[in-house]
Amino acid sequence: MKLTELIKKKNFVVTSEIGPPKGWQVEHHLDEAKKYFAGIVDAVNVTDNQSSVMRFGSLATCHMLKDRGMEPVFQVTCRDRNRLALQSDILSAAGLGIENLLLLTGDHPKLGDHPGSKPVFDLDSVSLTHAVRQMESGVDLAGNKLDGDPPKFCKGAVVSPCAEPLEPQLMKMEKKINAGTEFFQTQAVYEPEKFARFMEKIKGWNVPVLVGIVILKSVGMAKFMNENVAGVFVPDPLIEELRKDKEKTKSGQTGVEIAARLIKEMKSMCQGVHIMPLGWDQHVPAILDAAGL
Amino acid sequence: MFILETKPKEELEKLLKPGVCVIKCIGCREISLPEEKIEELLKNLELDAKDVLAVDYLCNADFTKSRLLKYKSEIDKCNSILVFSCGVGLQVLAGMLEEKSAVQGLNTIYISGRGLAPSDYDCDQCGECLLNLTGGICPVTQCSKGLLNGPCGGAKNGKCEISKDLDCAWEKIYKKLEASGRLDSYFRKMKVRDYSKALAKPKQPV
Repeated sequence: MKLTELIKKKNFVVTSEIGPPKGWQVEHHLDEAKKYFAGIVDAVNVTDNQSSVMRFGSLATCHMLKDRGMEPVFQVTCRDRNRLALQSDILSAAGLGIENLLLLTGDHPKLGDHPGSKPVFDLDSVSLTHAVRQMESGVDLAGNKLDGDPPKFCKGAVVSPCAEPLEPQLMKMEKKINAGTEFFQTQAVYEPEKFARFMEKIKGWNVPVLVGIVILKSVGMAKFMNENVAGVFVPDPLIEELRKDKEKTKSGQTGVEIAARLIKEMKSMCQGVHIMPLGWDQHVPAILDAAGL
Repeated sequence: MFILETKPKEELEKLLKPGVCVIKCIGCREISLPEEKIEELLKNLELDAKDVLAVDYLCNADFTKSRLLKYKSEIDKCNSILVFSCGVGLQVLAGMLEEKSAVQGLNTIYISGRGLAPSDYDCDQCGECLLNLTGGICPVTQCSKGLLNGPCGGAKNGKCEISKDLDCAWEKIYKKLEASGRLDSYFRKMKVRDYSKALAKPKQPV
């Protein structure tokens, strides 16, 4: 089912995500997803060569999730494919019954495990969204007619509510909405007051927002994100909380408590939450439980 | 050898106010500045183009700085500056202008044999020069992903995700346009690059 329809039906939706493995044997990942996500979250994103590291494909994984009764969100980046390949893969997704897309520009290949590869970026998140909308109207990006019924998707994109400066982000967000974006999932948020200000600014746009939550695994991870990850800032009191009880943090309990608290604080401000467990899938049910979802 | 073509009249009309100062770069000997086309364009634009200044090597920051001093009165009194140069020349000039913006009248399709006037800026010869929309800062050459529709979200503290030594081109563009009050709807329009224009250039040195 399309995420926008779910949002209408449920008022508040929960999504999580999996990153396919660097190999072809995905059974274990699918079993984990089934165990921790099926019946617990509304949809599962599948990342597309996340962090520019070559992995098993997002489209195939989405298909396999669908086969196992889960609702996939097909993440598509512009880093590795030109406009022919992107549109072709998106048509293929329609053929496989995939209804939700998350359209991204993508990280630069220099950050990943093939730093010498060609950065494609023929399209970007805005023009890719436009291309999908074109296809939904029965023609491709170049205006050529598609055979048969046009595909129908629910088109998502990302935004960084805590980025500084925020204005260029908002400008891009507006462009995405004009190009056809129907929902947003956000970069990780650890500052609810900043998120509230962001939601206030975009009020007039009437677009559903799923706030992003990344489970904090350690002090080192929090510090790393503060140094290196765009638009993410973990405030000192949270770092202190992670430092206080090393065993508790290691077991995941501190990260679960922080995540649940953040969700509780922000759930009245937005239309859903997107939990990025980064391998800690097993903690997702506990977070939702503690957050009262 | 350079291949430059004039931009369509409709694109320039939106950006120029009557009382135009025209700057033509005649630096490179090999340049094939489309003189006749420029004359025709100026006639069709019906602008009060009083001052037509011919300068050489707009791409050379020292030369351009001295020309700006020499022609200060012409530039101060004009309402718009229309430039006929390659993409590098425009970027150098735009970087030096504070209040006024320089409008590029040409698309650069092909440049070869650079090196006469080394510059900090680059031109990718995309054939659909975007500098008029981006405050004279080129997203094709200065953004590591060559994005045309705004920042990717990967910049931290104003620096690009691939290097802390590299400024985020789109944050610079945003600041420049904001400072000059040009964050208008034209700029917000979506762009898709047409690579067929860049591929029109000759593959062999002439």
